[in-house]
Amino acid sequence: MTRRVVITGIGVRAPGGSGTKEFWSLLSEGRTATREISFFDASPFRSRVAGEVDFDPRAEGLTPRQIRRMDRATQFAVACTREALADSGLDTAGLDPHRVGVTLGSAVASATSLENEYLVMSDSGRDWLVDPAHLSPYMFDYLSPGVMPAEVAWEIGAEGPVAMVSDGCTSGLDAVGHAVTLIREGSADVILAGATDTPISPIVVACFDAIKATTSRNDDPAHASRPFDGSRNGFVLAEGSAMFVLEEYEAAKARGAHIYAEVGGYATRCNAYHMTGLKKDGREMAEAIRAALGEARLDATAVDYINAHGSGTKQNDRHETAAFKRSLGQHAYNVPVSSIKSMVGHSLGAIGSVEIAASLLAIEHGVIPPTANLHTPDPECDLDYVPLTAREQRVDTVLTVGSGFGGFQTAMVLHRPEVAA
Amino acid sequence: MAQLTLDDLRRVLIACAGENDDVDLSGDILDVPFEELGYDSLALMESAAAIEREAGISVSDDAVSDAGTPRALLDLINGAVRAA
Amino acid sequence: MSTPTRTVVTGIGVVAPGGLGREEYWKALLTGRNGITGITRFDASRYPSRLAGQIQDFEAKEHLPSRLLPQTDVSTRYALAAADRALADAGLGPGSPLADYDVGVVTSTAQGGFDFTHREFHKLWSKGPEFVSVYESFAWFYAVNTGQISIRNGLRGPSAALVTEQAGGLDAIGHARRTVRAGTRAVLTGGVDSALDPWGFASQLAGGLVSTSTDPERAYLPFDADARGHVPGEGGAILVTEDADSARERGAERVYGEIAGYAATFDPAPGSDRPSGLRRAAELALADAGLAPGDIDVVLADGAGRPDADRVEAEALRAVFGPRGVPVTAPKALTGRLAAGGGAADVATALLALRDQVIPHTAHTGSVPEEYGLDLVVGQPREAALRSALVLARGRHGFNSAVVVTAADTHN
Repeated sequence: MTRRVVITGIGVRAPGGSGTKEFWSLLSEGRTATREISFFDASPFRSRVAGEVDFDPRAEGLTPRQIRRMDRATQFAVACTREALADSGLDTAGLDPHRVGVTLGSAVASATSLENEYLVMSDSGRDWLVDPAHLSPYMFDYLSPGVMPAEVAWEIGAEGPVAMVSDGCTSGLDAVGHAVTLIREGSADVILAGATDTPISPIVVACFDAIKATTSRNDDPAHASRPFDGSRNGFVLAEGSAMFVLEEYEAAKARGAHIYAEVGGYATRCNAYHMTGLKKDGREMAEAIRAALGEARLDATAVDYINAHGSGTKQNDRHETAAFKRSLGQHAYNVPVSSIKSMVGHSLGAIGSVEIAASLLAIEHGVIPPTANLHTPDPECDLDYVPLTAREQRVDTVLTVGSGFGGFQTAMVLHRPEVAA
Repeated sequence: MAQLTLDDLRRVLIACAGENDDVDLSGDILDVPFEELGYDSLALMESAAAIEREAGISVSDDAVSDAGTPRALLDLINGAVRAA
Repeated sequence: MSTPTRTVVTGIGVVAPGGLGREEYWKALLTGRNGITGITRFDASRYPSRLAGQIQDFEAKEHLPSRLLPQTDVSTRYALAAADRALADAGLGPGSPLADYDVGVVTSTAQGGFDFTHREFHKLWSKGPEFVSVYESFAWFYAVNTGQISIRNGLRGPSAALVTEQAGGLDAIGHARRTVRAGTRAVLTGGVDSALDPWGFASQLAGGLVSTSTDPERAYLPFDADARGHVPGEGGAILVTEDADSARERGAERVYGEIAGYAATFDPAPGSDRPSGLRRAAELALADAGLAPGDIDVVLADGAGRPDADRVEAEALRAVFGPRGVPVTAPKALTGRLAAGGGAADVATALLALRDQVIPHTAHTGSVPEEYGLDLVVGQPREAALRSALVLARGRHGFNSAVVVTAADTHN
C-alpha cells in the first residue's frame, strides 16, 4: 500500500505582505506588489523593478543572534516554518525527531550575503586577492549553503533526512516533490518542505540584465510583470519563501489535521536543449505533466486549474502554452490558467513553493487567482488566463508547473484527498 | 572608433563564445547564418556586449537577436559607430 | 510483492587531485601519490592556510569543446569531463542504446561555480554592470552541473541537484538509486566541487576547520592523534547507476557493483545532549541493504581530520561493528576533502577496492589513539576478501549519509 502525502500547514513570505493571509488577499484581489528597487541604488542597471518583501526579522521573533547568524533567505524560511507549523497544529514535541525531515529549495541561496561580504573583503571590488583578515565567520556558510536547511531542521528538531534541493527555478516544486518521495518511501513521516530565495542584489540583477531575461519596463513598476500579454518583455525579479508541513495521510487524518490537499503526483524532466533557451514545442514539460497526472491516476480533464510558471518572458509563455496543449489536449482550452508572477514577481527557486501555496489556497477558498496586467494577450497565448480579476469556482485539482535554467521542467498535481481514484 | 571588420568580429566571437569544432571561421562566413556557425543567442549577446563596451556604442537588444549573419551584425554595429 | 529493482554501477569517471581518470586515480591511492600541494592558483602567501588538493594536469580544451569553455566554471568542466568518462565506460556515450527519457542526471555541488562567479563579482564592482557575462546567470548556480551534463549528452530523464555540503555526493547517489527504482533506466550521478580561487579558498578557511600546517604530508591526518583539521581539495566523481536488469539486457560491458543501501540522517541542534545521527545513518543503510554489520568488509570513513569529529565517527563505528570490528580507511587523505566530490569519489574507491580486492590505506596517518578502537588501514594498502563496503560522509552542520556497495556477483 503506497503511503499518501498531504499538506497540513502553510507559511508564506512574499511581496505585498507578510504571512499567508496577506498573501492571499493580494492574490484574490488581483493587486500587484512589484515596485522600483529600493534595496540599493539600481540606477546603473537595465532592469530596476522587483518584488521586494517588507520583512522585519525582529518582528518575526528572531533573536539578535539568529538575525546575525542567518542569511536573509534563511530568515524567510525560518519565519515561514514557524507559520506553517502553527497553522498545522502539529505538536513537534510529540514527534520522533528521527522521523522528521527537511527539504529546502533555493536557486541562489546566500547570494545577497555573499555580495555584502565580497565588498568588505575585496575593498569594494578593487582587489582580486581578497583579504582573509576581513573574513566573516559566516562566509563559509554563504559559500556552501547547507546551513539553510540545517537552520530549519534546528527550528523543528528534525533528525531525519535533511537536504537542500537546488534545481534553479524549479527548486520550489522539486523540494516539495522530494519530500513527498521521502515520506512515500518511508524515510520520514513529517517533512518541513518549501523554498526560499532573496536574490535582489546587484550581482543577480546584473546577470539577468546581461541575458536580458528581466523586464526593462522601469517606468511602470507596478505593472511591469505581464505574463501572457503581447507587451511582455521579461520577468520581474523577486524574493520570497513558502514552507509547508507535509505528513503521511493516515497520520494526519488520525490527529484530525486540517488537510489543504494531497500531493497526488510529481514529475520532472530535462529538456537537454539549452541552459537558458526553450524549444517552442514544450515537449519535455508536457512529458512531466503527463507523468505527474499518471502518478496521481487522474485524467487531463480532472484538472480544474493550472497554476502556470508564466514568467512573462517571450519564450516561456509560448513554451508553456504549447506544453499545456500537448499534454492536456482539448482540455487545455477549457481549464483556467493563471500566473501569480504577475502580482508577486519571480522569486527564482522560491517561486515554485509560493505557487504551491497559491494553489492550495485556491482549493481552500474556491477562488482562482488572476493573471494581473493581462490586457492584450499574445495571439500565440490563446488559453483562458483569468485576466485581471479572480474567479470564484470550486477547485478540486490543481496542476502547477515550473521551468528553469538548466532545462528543468517540473509538474505537480495537488488535489483534495477524496479525489483520488 | 574605426569600423569593425570581419576579423575583429571573429576575434570577439571566439573570445566570448569559443568556436565550433566543425566550422572553419577563417573562411568566407559573412553570409553564413550564426546558427550554422554554431552560435546561439547567448553567444551573440555576450559578443555584442563586448563590442559595445569596446566601441562605446549601444545597439538595441532586438536588433542584435535579429541580426542573423556576420554581415548583418557588422552593418548594425558599424551603423552605430558612424552615428556615434 | 516484486523484489525491488537492483541499482548497479556500470560506469565510473573520476577527476581528482593526484589522478585524472579512474585508473590513474586508483593507482595514486594505492601508491600513496599525494595530491596535496602548496596552492598555485593564486598568491596565497597572506593566507593562514596555503595547501590544497589541486588537479594539476587538467587542460580543459583537451576534454571539452571550445564552445563550452567561456560559459563554464572549472568545477563544471571537471563534472562534464567525469561524466564523459563515466558514460564512455558504461558504453552509453555517443550512439547510446538508451532513449532520452531513460536517463536522468542527479548531481551534488556544495560550492557552485565559485571561481567563475568571483570573476563576475570582480567585473561588476571594479568595472560596472555592463561587464557582467551572460553566462553568470547559470555558471554559478548549484544546478549547473546537472543541466550542462544533461544538455551535452541529451539526457532528458528525471534530474536534480542536491546540496548537503560534504554529504552531497552520497545523497546524490542515494537519490539516483531512488530514481532508478522508480523506473528510470539509468542515472548519471555523483558530485564535483572546486572553490580554489582567492575568495572561494578564503571562504573555505572561514569555516575554521582547515589545517594551518604547511607540510603536505602532515596537514590532513584523519584519525591521527595529531589531527588538526583538513585540507580542501577539488574534483570528484560521476558514476553511471543503472537498473541491473536493463544493464544485463543491453549487455553492459561491466558491472562494478551494486548500490545496495543508502540512508541519510541529521544531527541534533548544537547544544543538544542527544547523540549524533551518524551511527543511525550507518545502521539504516545496512538495513536498507538487507545486510548485518558482520557482512561489511571495509568502511570508507568520512575522516574529518579533527579530534572531535574523528572521535564521534570512531564511536559510531565501534557501536555498529564493535571495537576494531572492521577495517576502516580514509584514502581522501591524499586528495583533501572534496566537498560534494568527496562522497562520490569514495564510492568510486569502494567499487575499485571490491574489484581488486585491496583496501587503499589512509596515507600519512601514523598513530591512531587507542581509545578510538579502530582497525585503520595505514602505512600501505591491505589485501582482503571484499564483498561489501560501507561509505560514510558528513556535511558541515550535521548531515550524515551512508551508502552500502556490494560486489557485482553478491546476489547472483
